[in-house]
Amino acid sequence: MAKPAATATDAPSLEAQAPARELGPVFKAAAGPAKWADDRLGLAALGRKNLRKVFPDHWSFLLGEIALYSFIICLLTGVFLTIWFKPSMAEIEYEGSYQLLKGLHMSEAYSSSLALSFDIRGGLLMRQMHHWAAMLFIAAMLAHSLRVFFTGAFRKPRELNWLLGVGLLAIGLIEGFAGYSLPDDLLSGTGLRFVDGLIRSIPIIGTWAEFFVFNGEFPGDLIIARLYMVHILLVPAIILGLIAAHLALVFYHKHTQYPGPGRTEENVVGYPLYPVYMAKAGGFFFIVFGVVTLMGGLMQINPVWTFGPYNPAEVTAGSQPDWYMGFVEGAIRIMPNWESHIGGTTWSWNVAIPGLGLMGLMFGLMAAYPFIERWVTGDTGEHHILDRPRNNPTRTAFGVAAMTCYGMFWIGGGNDIVATQFRVSLNAVTYFLRVAVFVAPVLAFIITKRICIGLQRADAERLLHGAETGIIVRGPSGSYGERHVPISADEAFTLTQHVEPLPLTDGSEEEYAGVPAKEARSERLRRKATRFYFQDNLRKPSRAELEAAAHHQALEAGHGGHGDGHGDGQAPRHGHEDNGHDGHGNGNGHHAIGSSESESSTH
Amino acid sequence: MRFLSSRRRHPAAKVMLLVAALFVMGALYSVVAPASQSSADTGTSQQIAEGRALFAVGCASCHGLNGEGNGTVGGSVLGPSLIGVGAASVDFQVGTGRMPMARPGAQAPQKPNQYSEEEIAALAAYVASLGPGPEIPKPEEYDPASVSEEDIARGGELFRTNCSACHNFAGAGGALPNGKYAPALYGVSNKHLYEAMLTGPQQMPVFSDGVLTPDDKRAVIGYLNELHEQPNQGGLTLGGIGPVSEGLWAFIIGLGSLVGFAIWIAAKGAKAR
Amino acid sequence: MSSIEKHSPSRVERLGDTPRYPVADPGMEEHVPRLTDVDEAAADRATRQVAMMFGLVPLLAIAFVVIYFAVPKSWFIDFGPLKANAQHVGLGVTLGLAILLIGIAAVQWARQLMADTEMVDHRHPASSSDDDRVAIMRDVDAGIEESQITRRKVLGRSLVGALAALGLPAIAVFADLGPWPTKKVRAATIESTIWAEGVRLVNDITYEPIKAASIVIGQLVNGEPENLKDLEGTAFLQEKAKAAIIVVRMDPQTIKIPDSRKDWHVGGILCYSKICTHVGCPISLWEQQTHHLLCPCHQSTFDLGDSGVVVFGPAARSLPQLPITVDAEGYLVARGPFTVPVGPSYFERDSRNDYKQGDN
Repeated sequence: MAKPAATATDAPSLEAQAPARELGPVFKAAAGPAKWADDRLGLAALGRKNLRKVFPDHWSFLLGEIALYSFIICLLTGVFLTIWFKPSMAEIEYEGSYQLLKGLHMSEAYSSSLALSFDIRGGLLMRQMHHWAAMLFIAAMLAHSLRVFFTGAFRKPRELNWLLGVGLLAIGLIEGFAGYSLPDDLLSGTGLRFVDGLIRSIPIIGTWAEFFVFNGEFPGDLIIARLYMVHILLVPAIILGLIAAHLALVFYHKHTQYPGPGRTEENVVGYPLYPVYMAKAGGFFFIVFGVVTLMGGLMQINPVWTFGPYNPAEVTAGSQPDWYMGFVEGAIRIMPNWESHIGGTTWSWNVAIPGLGLMGLMFGLMAAYPFIERWVTGDTGEHHILDRPRNNPTRTAFGVAAMTCYGMFWIGGGNDIVATQFRVSLNAVTYFLRVAVFVAPVLAFIITKRICIGLQRADAERLLHGAETGIIVRGPSGSYGERHVPISADEAFTLTQHVEPLPLTDGSEEEYAGVPAKEARSERLRRKATRFYFQDNLRKPSRAELEAAAHHQALEAGHGGHGDGHGDGQAPRHGHEDNGHDGHGNGNGHHAIGSSESESSTH
Repeated sequence: MRFLSSRRRHPAAKVMLLVAALFVMGALYSVVAPASQSSADTGTSQQIAEGRALFAVGCASCHGLNGEGNGTVGGSVLGPSLIGVGAASVDFQVGTGRMPMARPGAQAPQKPNQYSEEEIAALAAYVASLGPGPEIPKPEEYDPASVSEEDIARGGELFRTNCSACHNFAGAGGALPNGKYAPALYGVSNKHLYEAMLTGPQQMPVFSDGVLTPDDKRAVIGYLNELHEQPNQGGLTLGGIGPVSEGLWAFIIGLGSLVGFAIWIAAKGAKAR
Repeated sequence: MSSIEKHSPSRVERLGDTPRYPVADPGMEEHVPRLTDVDEAAADRATRQVAMMFGLVPLLAIAFVVIYFAVPKSWFIDFGPLKANAQHVGLGVTLGLAILLIGIAAVQWARQLMADTEMVDHRHPASSSDDDRVAIMRDVDAGIEESQITRRKVLGRSLVGALAALGLPAIAVFADLGPWPTKKVRAATIESTIWAEGVRLVNDITYEPIKAASIVIGQLVNGEPENLKDLEGTAFLQEKAKAAIIVVRMDPQTIKIPDSRKDWHVGGILCYSKICTHVGCPISLWEQQTHHLLCPCHQSTFDLGDSGVVVFGPAARSLPQLPITVDAEGYLVARGPFTVPVGPSYFERDSRNDYKQGDN
């Protein structure tokens, strides 16, 4: 097999040659300033280490970049918006250019949002870009976290980076919600009113929290100004800090990579940061920016002027939060009306559990998962090769179950829209979801696990019996079967390189002799968990099995009139060359005659 | 007759029968009715008689021969009493095709109107004769042409206070319990908007003139007209039902197209061999 | 755990008792040159594509500026389903395409023309070397020794105490975030409204008083107390957020009126708080035939024909009812304030007096 032209091990020799090459014209011009900067900052040493850092190439590694770029777009457009937006709840009479609201009383916040939409050129574009980018920011973070979860990229040494990501996702929701509330239109005010009820419902301290957040009774006169500070200063600063730490860790750990030939736990294969990744990632920034700009220009979002100013006695059908709060909204909608009245106190479970508990549960589970899985596997090694989701069916099934549960809550958040758009009963949708949030994830778990194990079987099938050719062969007895060819060594390696954790038996009493009871109990539980996790896995074929299978295939190929040497039966890695394909393909006509007598198909 | 007997339970049979009956009636009346009779006149005995005949064919099966209602069947009202509902109610229900209903259900959906204007006027006159109720509004009552811009903005306030809870901020409609819904208000005529507020059809509450004055109603109608006529500002409306559809499009267009670009960026291009 | 470690199967066995790699690593794929690497014409073509995309950007940027200054706000475009403000769409499309083209061109450049040889970098364990660990521990230890913190323990303890004490001011400065909801403050704010005996019920927005005679069966009025008119600004919003009511008229024969509320209505005209007891959305989605009132926020449903009890959804408490009567001129007036606090639950709320289904 040919080797790549340049590897890090070759690097010294390349470096040795480098001075021989004359530096390009760019250097002549830049030499002076570069030297000036390096004299003061020592950039050369820093750059030398990182400029040619290798990043693996895969589309799913770009999901996090979408989130990063969307955030940058939010920062840029947000600065524009702050130039005109007035975070004030002072009441004024609207005298702007939007006819249908003329003369109405409203807050300065709403009035300035209208001014941005109608009187500042490009203001509406910036508002809409800001909102679309915010939606994309959280959507991309969610998609990115799913990629990381399903490929097991959260394993050692990246657990801390996973936690940073969970923190970013959680705080992203707060940032989005704070922004949604700023224009003080009817929808955002309704959302704030909901938050007021939510805060109130916290047991024991709820009323105090409400009065402290709203500066007294809802709506008070400060909440917009406070949320403005949270939205443009406090939370963005935290997000920037978390992003910086997140990226620094990606740099330090080097990116994970998908399994493949030449990819090991000790290396990373890909393209250098400079120039390829600068062009690709930089270009992708512009692509994200361009797409968001086009969306802002062509797709209307949050038309606050049609909602009207906030008025605490008004409400609209279809009052929903933005999509990322939809699961909380759904939980609140489908929750049964539990409330306890103990003495002179009220415990509002119907709001507190779905409103606060669900978010806590979701982010708590996300944060805990890497540590739970590590405890089960007892795995202390570093992992840089990503898992194919099928090779850890239980983890994959957990992920799909969680997604299903989230999806059910999500549907709940739009149950009125579902009812009107699909002409079903609102009450029926609600009753259905009350059951479905518990049952659907279980079904999803079972189905996903079965699919994964099915895919494992398909892998084993390809390893042991080769790939289907589409060539149907008729045996002497008249039976038909399909001819298979061995798969390439690259593929065989990719399919078999994964770590295979095994279920553990409980162990005999002697094994626990002298072990404190608590530790023994924990170990028994852990072993039970390994059985739950790994018992149903299909074991990958051993080297001996693969060799036997290859030998068998070669024999068959020989019987099949192809004893011309290309099915040489050594190992799958020598399996097929291009001429092998051709041989099978061209020989279509005479296969039937020479087919193996004992077995015409490879099964 | 086998053709008819095998199809008499077809869902369209009632409608077809109705259309046929109406056709016959209409033809009869066109022969019998004096040409000078103006259909706009209300409450003439001639019209009431016509209306009674139409009522007997199209409405009496549910509302009773004399509009007295048909009581309840299995807990649900089969046909409410029409005594005192007034002409405006008939004009709205029949004029928007909600009545006669094709079959009993949670809610009478809007559908193409089966009656001519003269027939609706006759039906309305007949029902109005059963007991006093709101009359069909005159054009000057519901025409918002004279409403000032200031009043249109106030109409928006009234709309958001009284109407948007069910009909949505944009008049796109919304869900009610148990499969019922508040219909969308796009393309509803001014007269029918006015009549709906005046009479409170089906589950909709009444907004009588004593509480929501004709001026207020005109302001609401004026606001709705303006709202639906004004061009969009920010691009495609995406269904205009708020954050649910926006979220859907953020995923489909936004994330979808960007993932497409990401696949292109990471894909291996054309190779030399 | 370590004591079990020696009893449990060894590491290797736990991760798999077969060696990890049944198939040997065949090494990296062979590098196949791209069309643009071997065919100069293809490379030229790609170069032209990239340059053309970059070249379009200045044109679009100029178009953006022209649209910004030349297209008035009042122009609209009507193009198939797209009916929108011409200036807005023009700015968005020109700027969006300009930015997008830069991105596509840069990626095309990287994909087609920059060297695409895959490189290999070595990884190092995330952990430091043992030498570093030992050295740092020694340094830390030396620092502890030199600071004398272990010898003079009071230093460390007093430092921790001093830093911890700073937490008190840090917390205390936030005590003025809002008024403290003591019993008295609660009674004056969230537990009371501006409703009082004799306050007229008026229409929301228009403030027209409501005559009992003008309300027909099936009528819904979104109302407010007349004295709301006198308030403005924050006080107005705060009171409106609690005092909003709905007035409905039902046939008294078809509804249940408990004995305790016999004189709370006027001939079937009943008045309820408009504020949902769940999280406080204003509700006015009333079905005149079923007498059910639905909250559009979370679909709690109240039966106004049965003293406002909950029939569906997440709300737990009945909708508070306002006792009303008519004054000498025939206008609806309140007989007194709400008997229970309106709006969503809070911890200190005494909910034992709320109306429950079956109460009298």
